Amino acid sequence: MTDTRVDALSTGAAAELATATGQGGSPGALGPPRPVIQIVPLKGLPVVAVVLGFLVASIGFNWQWGIDFNHVAGGGLWTGIDLFVGLVVGPILGRMSIPARAEFSARFMPKMVLIMPTLVAMTLASGYQLALDLGNLKASSPNHSWLIVSFIVVGVMAVVALGLLEPANIAVLFEMRKPRPNGEVIAKLMKRFIYTAGITGLMQVATLVIMTRVASQ
Amino acid sequence: MSLSNPAAPPGASEPRFAPVAALGTAALALIVVGGVYMASYAPRRPPLTAPICLAAASAALCVVNVVMLMRTRGLAWDKFFLVGRWTLLSYVIASGLIEFAFVKDHTRGAPLVVLTAMLVLFALDVPLIISYTVARYQSARSDAT
Repeated sequence: MTDTRVDALSTGAAAELATATGQGGSPGALGPPRPVIQIVPLKGLPVVAVVLGFLVASIGFNWQWGIDFNHVAGGGLWTGIDLFVGLVVGPILGRMSIPARAEFSARFMPKMVLIMPTLVAMTLASGYQLALDLGNLKASSPNHSWLIVSFIVVGVMAVVALGLLEPANIAVLFEMRKPRPNGEVIAKLMKRFIYTAGITGLMQVATLVIMTRVASQ
Repeated sequence: MSLSNPAAPPGASEPRFAPVAALGTAALALIVVGGVYMASYAPRRPPLTAPICLAAASAALCVVNVVMLMRTRGLAWDKFFLVGRWTLLSYVIASGLIEFAFVKDHTRGAPLVVLTAMLVLFALDVPLIISYTVARYQSARSDAT
């Protein structure tokens, strides 16, 4: 996300945003109908339940392949999506028109509400089990200090994601559901993405370094 | 005394609300630090003084937050409770998952009690941050800006 995006979304953008989401003006001038914004896509909940069930079963029954799968697949997707969204999708979005951004965000952000917490749960729960099973958490292990650093990295990401990003995501979705979304409010909330994208990106790169280091010792 | 500012000047772009989300994030950070501290000792039994202090500080911040929240006027309470109950459900499940993992890994006694207290705070604090952030921007005063 770039500063351009936020600046463009600030003062005076409310009307354009309302038009983008199909509100205000004459119906003939609105273009495509406003997408119905569902904050949590209900169709995705069964998938999340299956994934979490698989995670619990893998841990509960000490299923080594399941634990490995959850950690590698979850961690790879979490890191990949974070970096892809921050470094590729964000800058592209910043150069799109406000109506296009609004429509993209309305369809994209609800999916992220389900996808990211699920990937985080898969990665962390299985990763902790894996570290215990492999003895990497023992103070005598050469990987011990790397894992402590990884805990700190995850802790920073958790505070940023749960304290700043997720509340802003959901507040933006609620704002976009209003008959006339307030561009100033959306711009203010979106600024959090800019402030935190750098931190999250740095943490994800650190995670890649730590995990490859742990795996090679 | 209300912590909100209903008398904000017309045209002010930012209605003033109590810093509930900021304090909630600080409380969350304390829990995370305590959790990382305890996890760093696994599989050994961790010293509990620091985690207990961190959990107590976090709980104190949560209490202050609830008091400030109760004194806030103009919040979109319907949205607050709507978002709050679903996020609470979500984070109770997440906390239960974490608790399950630790119990399964033979965490017992005092460390389990401290960990459970931290998870309870976590499960209450994050929904509070999310629902408050949504509700403050859904308030009538926010609409008026």
